[in-house]
Amino acid sequence: MLYAILCYNDEDVVWSWSKAEDEAVMARLGVVHERLTREGRLGPALRLLPTTAATTLRKSQDPPLVIDGPFAETKEQLLGFYLIEVADLDEALGVARDLAAANPGGAYEIRPIALYIPDARGGLPEAREASRA
Amino acid sequence: MSEAVWIDAALVAARPQAVGALLRYFRDLDTAEEAFQDACLRALKSWPVNGPPRDPAAWLILVGRNAALDGLRRRNRQDPLPEDAAISDLDDAETPLAERLDGAHYRDDILRLLFVCGHPDLPPAQQIALALRIVSGLSVKQIARAFLVSEAAMEQRITRAKARIAGAEVPFEAPGPAERSERLGAVAAMVYLVFNEGYYAGDGSVRAQLCDEAIRLARLLLRLFQTEPEMMGLAALMLLQHSRAAARHDTDGEIVLLEDQDRALWDGRMIAEGLALLDKAMRHRRPGPYQIQAAIAALHARAPHPAETDWAQIDALYAALERLQPSPVVTLNRAVAFGKVHGPEAALAMIEPLDARLSGYVHFFGVKGGLLLQLGRAGEARAAFDRAIALAGSVTEAARIRRHLDGLMRAHTPAAEGERV
Repeated sequence: MLYAILCYNDEDVVWSWSKAEDEAVMARLGVVHERLTREGRLGPALRLLPTTAATTLRKSQDPPLVIDGPFAETKEQLLGFYLIEVADLDEALGVARDLAAANPGGAYEIRPIALYIPDARGGLPEAREASRA
Repeated sequence: MSEAVWIDAALVAARPQAVGALLRYFRDLDTAEEAFQDACLRALKSWPVNGPPRDPAAWLILVGRNAALDGLRRRNRQDPLPEDAAISDLDDAETPLAERLDGAHYRDDILRLLFVCGHPDLPPAQQIALALRIVSGLSVKQIARAFLVSEAAMEQRITRAKARIAGAEVPFEAPGPAERSERLGAVAAMVYLVFNEGYYAGDGSVRAQLCDEAIRLARLLLRLFQTEPEMMGLAALMLLQHSRAAARHDTDGEIVLLEDQDRALWDGRMIAEGLALLDKAMRHRRPGPYQIQAAIAALHARAPHPAETDWAQIDALYAALERLQPSPVVTLNRAVAFGKVHGPEAALAMIEPLDARLSGYVHFFGVKGGLLLQLGRAGEARAAFDRAIALAGSVTEAARIRRHLDGLMRAHTPAAEGERV
């Protein structure tokens, strides 16, 4: 059985951590990641950049509407996500539009990624920062 | 994370919204600040016992407001001549919580608070001190240490700023669209001032932390004004500049020029965030000075090696910045990029007319000397560098420029021909 664990916290607080605090948290998490990796149980994991960097494609209308900022409604629920590799926001929006054409209704929030830990169930790949793609 | 650290972080994060709302009630910075302090003390007692509230800012506003009202009532009872004016502005004190905390209100509260601190009537040094004290909540001692002045001097600077604000008559009504955008412009400038104080302070100093604080404020503003491309541009600009912090100074604290920096030390996460914000801003097709400067920083960030820098594009962006914000310093910066594309002779012709206006600007002579050196005019180059050294702000700076220029002169002897600016 595959499970997703979705991480929630106050981003004001998390993005105000000093470098030392951030590194301490990441080191503690690293211990857990390492064990899960050894056990072959860790799939891809990632850390998102702040919601201020997000753009939302509202696909309840045709053509879909692009709005700045994160998805903020409460009547929809998080149902899934895609991880895509693109050159810039325009390309990401292009992919989101293609998906929206196939599956209208609701919205896609397009959020850049801060840190990507690839699927480690086959071995021990290196984590990488998003901008060093 | 321990509970104390969490509470501390929550108080810092809630501060602009809470102090902004309290300022709206009491229309006085000191009262708002004291009310917030009171609320924080109560939070430190209550939160560990009762658990943190769901909305810390709302809790602090309510508790702070009640504490300040109690204080005003008590003071008025003891005072034979009650100051009616102090309470007559509290019309909205009993309106329901929901209304008081509605999003639009609190957006304007924070903007007003920041605008008060970045008020155009205040000189830059006072704007920065006031913003760090009121919005960021740094103690007078911390600010004084960052600016290398005595606590008493910093206290006085902040008191003066507050007095000037009291006389400036900031309107407390919700601002109209034109006024809101004007305030946003002043606030953006203030945030960038805070950033630059940190940026030019040098890595590792207390003041360098102001860069993080400015970025935090920019993220806060972005969350309130999600569709403002210039706010995205400002945040992107600061993130992209700050991403180089670890590479900007060598082990002796000397500045390392952009093209000599170890790019592996650049912070990839900040670059990713900066580039993402710039992408968002560009979609609006409403260019402004912050976006253009961020775009220039982005071209440097995108070059894996200095030789791969897109100088033609940087030259074009500086040309656009020149049109929006004509200034000899912008032209000087453009000339560096122009020279990379069209050669030192063309760049020299571009900066020649700036001579009169930049005759007191140390970097003008640094750039000029570098260009002359590339053209093999060593004598004139030396004269320009001597002017730069004479204009240095301190003995240390003069020594630093001299060391750097000696290196340049050596690099440009016929035996070692390398293009360096």
